[in-house]
Amino acid sequence: MPPGVAWLRLVGQGATRVWLFAVLFLVWWFWSAGSKSLYFPPLSQILKSVWDQWVTGPARAELTTSLEHLLVGYVIAALVGIGVGALLWSLRYLRDATSPYLYFLYVLPAPVLVPAAMTLFGIGFTMKVVLIAFAAVWPTLLNTLDGMSGVDQVKLDTARVLGVSPAGRVLRVVLPAAAPQIVAGLRNSLQVAIILMVVSEWEASSDGIGFYISNAQQSFDYVGMWSSFIVLAIIGIIANLLFVAAENRALHWHYGARAVEGRNR
Amino acid sequence: MNGNEVTPQAATSADGLVATPVVSLRHVRKVYGGAAGEKVALADITFDVARGEFACVVGPSGAGKTTLLRTLAGLAQPTSGEALFEGTPLRSVPPGIGVVFQDYGRSLYPWLTVARNVELPLRVRGVPKAERAERVTEVLASVGLADAGRSYPWQLSGGMQQRVAIARSLAYRPDLLLMDEPFASVDAQTRFELEDLILRVRQEFGVTVVFVTHDIDEAVYLADRVIAISKSPGVVTEIVDITLPRPRDQITTKADPAFARYREHLLGLVMQGR
Repeated sequence: MPPGVAWLRLVGQGATRVWLFAVLFLVWWFWSAGSKSLYFPPLSQILKSVWDQWVTGPARAELTTSLEHLLVGYVIAALVGIGVGALLWSLRYLRDATSPYLYFLYVLPAPVLVPAAMTLFGIGFTMKVVLIAFAAVWPTLLNTLDGMSGVDQVKLDTARVLGVSPAGRVLRVVLPAAAPQIVAGLRNSLQVAIILMVVSEWEASSDGIGFYISNAQQSFDYVGMWSSFIVLAIIGIIANLLFVAAENRALHWHYGARAVEGRNR
Repeated sequence: MNGNEVTPQAATSADGLVATPVVSLRHVRKVYGGAAGEKVALADITFDVARGEFACVVGPSGAGKTTLLRTLAGLAQPTSGEALFEGTPLRSVPPGIGVVFQDYGRSLYPWLTVARNVELPLRVRGVPKAERAERVTEVLASVGLADAGRSYPWQLSGGMQQRVAIARSLAYRPDLLLMDEPFASVDAQTRFELEDLILRVRQEFGVTVVFVTHDIDEAVYLADRVIAISKSPGVVTEIVDITLPRPRDQITTKADPAFARYREHLLGLVMQGR
């Protein structure tokens, strides 16, 4: 195909993705432009507040605090989830003994634990990190356990025949074979962690995005409230983009193999 | 085609002493399942395989061929009887055995490149890096995949993937190569190529081969001896010496009247054994 056509097609693909966003943005912008409503301020004001408060202004501190909670809590959840998931996979007895309790904790909505967490850890950094880690650990843990249990016996037999030690079989075979499912768990955990980041802050806090939202809402600062929503959405989008980039790098073999399988079918 | 092939070594070594067989099965019995439903996979299997020999095991589906191979590899323990590798009872997988499984798609690691797959057994044996690279190059060249090292297995055709699996099994120079219906999932043309490949590399690497197949033509074409086993109760019905001349050739060997006689005889055994 001539380069002109390829270029046009690229523009077309970009346009397909962007047009709805552009329409919604313009509708919101013009529809809210003359708004005198306290609850629905003009988009121009909201965007100005995003810049003044969150990018250059005082709310930057809240942003940093929240991202610290998120990062520490999520990393703990990921490490504990993979570690404990692997441990339960390797110790069948422990897995059978603990599975009812795991399920109980998994279905428990984590926000209800905020009061308990406050009693135990106060309202500071520790409480938020514990809460985020506790809520976000389950998808990773259960997916790790499930993914590792599903590893093909032929792959394990092959490793034994090739002389790979038991520890080596976990690191070189079980972990990579289960990686696609573990990564799916990590992605769910990330979403849960972002939710808990906000919830833990607005329930009990003196800083963070969640605190800023509830404070803005209570002090009739609806511009500030709307601007925090936009900031949260941007955090979510960036976190997801980073995650997808890391995933594509780590699992390129999986997507490659799957594409080949799809073609042969 | 298989130019430098020679006949296998005799079971007796040069100084006149009887050499230890590479494989020795003594009344091996393997039963699966408990009180609810016992399944006898192997009832009573006894045979030896001498050093350098190419032995094919044939039998109908369900005759316990795969169980037999897993027992030979040390992956499964016999319920009773004894399985010896180079005179030592098999309690686990010994380092001197290579296995090529039927399903290359399941036994190759898709997250490793071809070269890394082949390198894995060397890496876990602590072979130094420079030597590893050298051996990987050498063994990939032997199976005709000199340029495929940087590809991933799933980027290759089925026949090429099975070559990778063969290369990986040979990389650490095992004394015994076990093959479980390795060419059952490739097309006929590729199958002939791989049969000739395995005859060539077993000579090059001086490896003893036990090759499980349900294809009698393939068994006769490859083997020095064919071990026929029957379904339920899973016993050796006959061991047939194949004295067809080597090097063998897909066209002339298969046109040999002796080939047809072996084929007919073994087919009769396998049909009876169903």
